[in-house]
Formats: sequence, C-alpha cells, structure tokens
Amino acid sequence: MQRVVVPALLVVAAVMFMWAPYRIDAAPYESTMGLVQKIFYFHVPSAMTAMLSAFVCGFASVFYLWRRNPKADHVALAAAELVVVFGLIVLVTGPLWARKAWGVWWQWEARLTITLVMWMIFVAYLLLRRFGGPGSEVMAAAVGIFGMALVPFVYWSVNVWRTLHPTTDVARTLPPEMAGPFWWSVFAFLVFYAGLLLVRVRLERARAALDDAYVLLEE
Amino acid sequence: MAALRAAWLVTQKDLRVELRSRELVYTTLFFAVACVLVFAFAFGSPEEDTAAGVLWVAVMFSGTVALGRTFERERQGETLRALLLSPVERGAVYLGKLLALVALMSGVQLVLVPVVALLFHAPLGRAPALLAALLVAGTLGFAAVGTLFSAMLSRARSRDILLPMLLYPMTVPVVIAGVEGTVALFAREPNLAMAETWLAMLVFFDAVFLTLALWTFGAVMEE
Repeated sequence: MQRVVVPALLVVAAVMFMWAPYRIDAAPYESTMGLVQKIFYFHVPSAMTAMLSAFVCGFASVFYLWRRNPKADHVALAAAELVVVFGLIVLVTGPLWARKAWGVWWQWEARLTITLVMWMIFVAYLLLRRFGGPGSEVMAAAVGIFGMALVPFVYWSVNVWRTLHPTTDVARTLPPEMAGPFWWSVFAFLVFYAGLLLVRVRLERARAALDDAYVLLEE
Repeated sequence: MAALRAAWLVTQKDLRVELRSRELVYTTLFFAVACVLVFAFAFGSPEEDTAAGVLWVAVMFSGTVALGRTFERERQGETLRALLLSPVERGAVYLGKLLALVALMSGVQLVLVPVVALLFHAPLGRAPALLAALLVAGTLGFAAVGTLFSAMLSRARSRDILLPMLLYPMTVPVVIAGVEGTVALFAREPNLAMAETWLAMLVFFDAVFLTLALWTFGAVMEE
C-alpha cells in the first residue's frame, strides 16, 4: 500500500507546488502591501502544517506514554522533525514579510514569541533524543506533550493579546480570488507533509528493525 | 487524602535532609547572589525595569541549579528508585518533591529579593503581598515543569545541559508573566491592576503545567 501511496503523495505535491506560483501570480495584489503580501501564500500554510505536526507529535507522544507502542514513537519523532522543518520556513518567511510590512525583521510580540518558543521546544525534543542516551524516547514523549500544549496559545495569541500580527480571521475572510490560490497552497503543503511524514516513519521503522537485528545477532 | 499525606511525607523528608546538610540552600543562594552581582556590573546604570528582569533571571538560574542538585542527590544515594518503589501514587512523589523545591526556592528568594532591591533600587514596600504572590506563583510554575523534567532526566546522559535546554523554552510563559507583573509593580507609576492581571495569568499557567506534569510524571517514571 505504502509503495503506491507515498510516491503518489509526493508526485501530487510536486505538481501542486509547480502550479502554485502561477496561481499566486494570478491572484490580485493586496492594496496596501503589494508584492510582499504574496509570501502569505507560503507563510500561512507552512505555519498551519507546523501546528498540525505539533499536534501529531503530541498525540503520538500521549499514545506512546500510555501504550508504549513503538509505532507511536516513530510517528512522534517524524512529526517532531517536521515541526522543526516547517517551523523554520515560518520563521524565515515571517521576518521577510515583516521587514517590508512593519519595517523591522522581528518584533517581540505574542505570536512571534510563542511560535519561536514552540519551535525551540521541538528542537530541544530532537536534541534530547539525539544526546539523551537510552530511554530518551520516553522523556521526549513528555516534551512532545508540553510542546503540543503550547499550540493553542500560538493560535489564540493574536486574537487574545491584540498585537501587530494579522489575526487568524484573515484566512477565513479572504476574497475569492485570493482564497483559491491560498487553499491550493495549503493543500499542497498538507499533501507534501503527509508524504514526508510517511517516508520518515518508514525510515524510522527500518532503523528500529535494524537495531533489533543487531541485538539479536549479538546474542 | 492518603496521596496528599504521602506527598507531605516526601516534602518533610526532603526538607529534613536539607536542614541537616544545608547544602542546597547555601550553594543556591550564593549562586543567585553571584548572578545578581554580575548583573549589577553588566548594567552600570540600571533602568526602571532592570530590577524585575534581574530578579527573575536570578530566580530561574538558581532554580535550575537547585533542581539539578536535588535529583543528583537522590541519584547518588540510589534513593530515587526507592522512592518510586514505595507503595504510594507516583503523583504523590511528584507533589512532595515539588513542594520541597518551592519551599527551598522561596527561602532563597527571602534573601535574594532584598539584595536585588538594594542594588537596583526596587521599591519593595509598595505592594509586598502582591510581589510575594507573583514570586510564589512564578516559582510554582517553574518548579512544576522543572521537577518533572529533572526527575525524568536524572537517568539521561548529558543531563546537566539538557535540563536548562528543555526548561527555559518551556517556562518562557512563566518568565514573561512574572517579569511583566513585577515591572508593572516596580514602575515609577505603578499599575497594580496590570500586575494582578499578570498574576492571574501565572495562576492559569500553573494550573496547566501542574495538571500536565502530574499526568505525565507517573507515565514517564515507569521503569
């Protein structure tokens, strides 16, 4: 099954990403921000993907702590890595936009701060797994749960603390000519994410199987 | 009820060990004061909100040291396993350790806060109860996450560096709320309502962190 699904997802994502610039180009210019606003079509979808991935990692961690099923652990690890990857896209594209829109690269306001904090927690998650030694999967699961707990704060931060960042209503109230390319990008990112997640989970499963094989060989 | 009693026994045990050796109180306190001294030289002419920032950084740094040391002590004496083997709920062990830590950190703050106030001209007498509430709530939030992670890391490799690495990003909400509340309190034109809002935020974070940590502790500390 996976042999078909993974390449299919990656091909679909590739086609969608190739077509995305044309759709974004065809969308109307935002009246005050002009060209820089176009980054929004990649910034917001990657942020959504990162938050989704944090949830995937958190739920997989809960499941792993509760049931100790290694499959859940593989999913958690793969999702945590993808939070870091997509989070990095958010943290790079955000300042590029902010420089033009706000005049500064970075502003210590609620959403930026808490997004950075969430990203750092997942970097710490990866470092813990890498350098924590035996048993670090279980410890990392606790980190994943705390990382997930922050996601709602990221989401609501702009709506609760009125700050510079555009609120989460923007995506829902887009004019149709902008909404089309926007949701196109969102789906491109999600399909790409699903493909990457499955590939990474499979890699991790193979690695675990190899480890087990080594242990058996030694005995 | 039995769980709370067990938690209280763990707290008593930790405090008794501490009272006999006084290792953590002295080292943590001296470390905190040394931190403040470095800050005093780093900020030659302190601004209005420096005191609040310095205070919270000193609280966090010294708290990290205390956290690392309490579990190092348990690990060296092989007593952590004994604690976990005892026929009480895991949550009780966690609560007991947490209470002892909060007590220890608060004891250190009794000296630390006047030192900061002296060196950075902070008006301590303005609303002492509110300041104390901010400090206790902040310490509780910090220690709630810290106890969980340092207990869990006591078995990990390179735990000395992993603890602050995990702890600081996770307790950023606590630091923000603590510092902002204290700044509002220490400002030339104090805004007590603002300080109370941040206190409420701290209590909210405490509740979230404590619930999550209580739930996770039992699952993580299984061997």
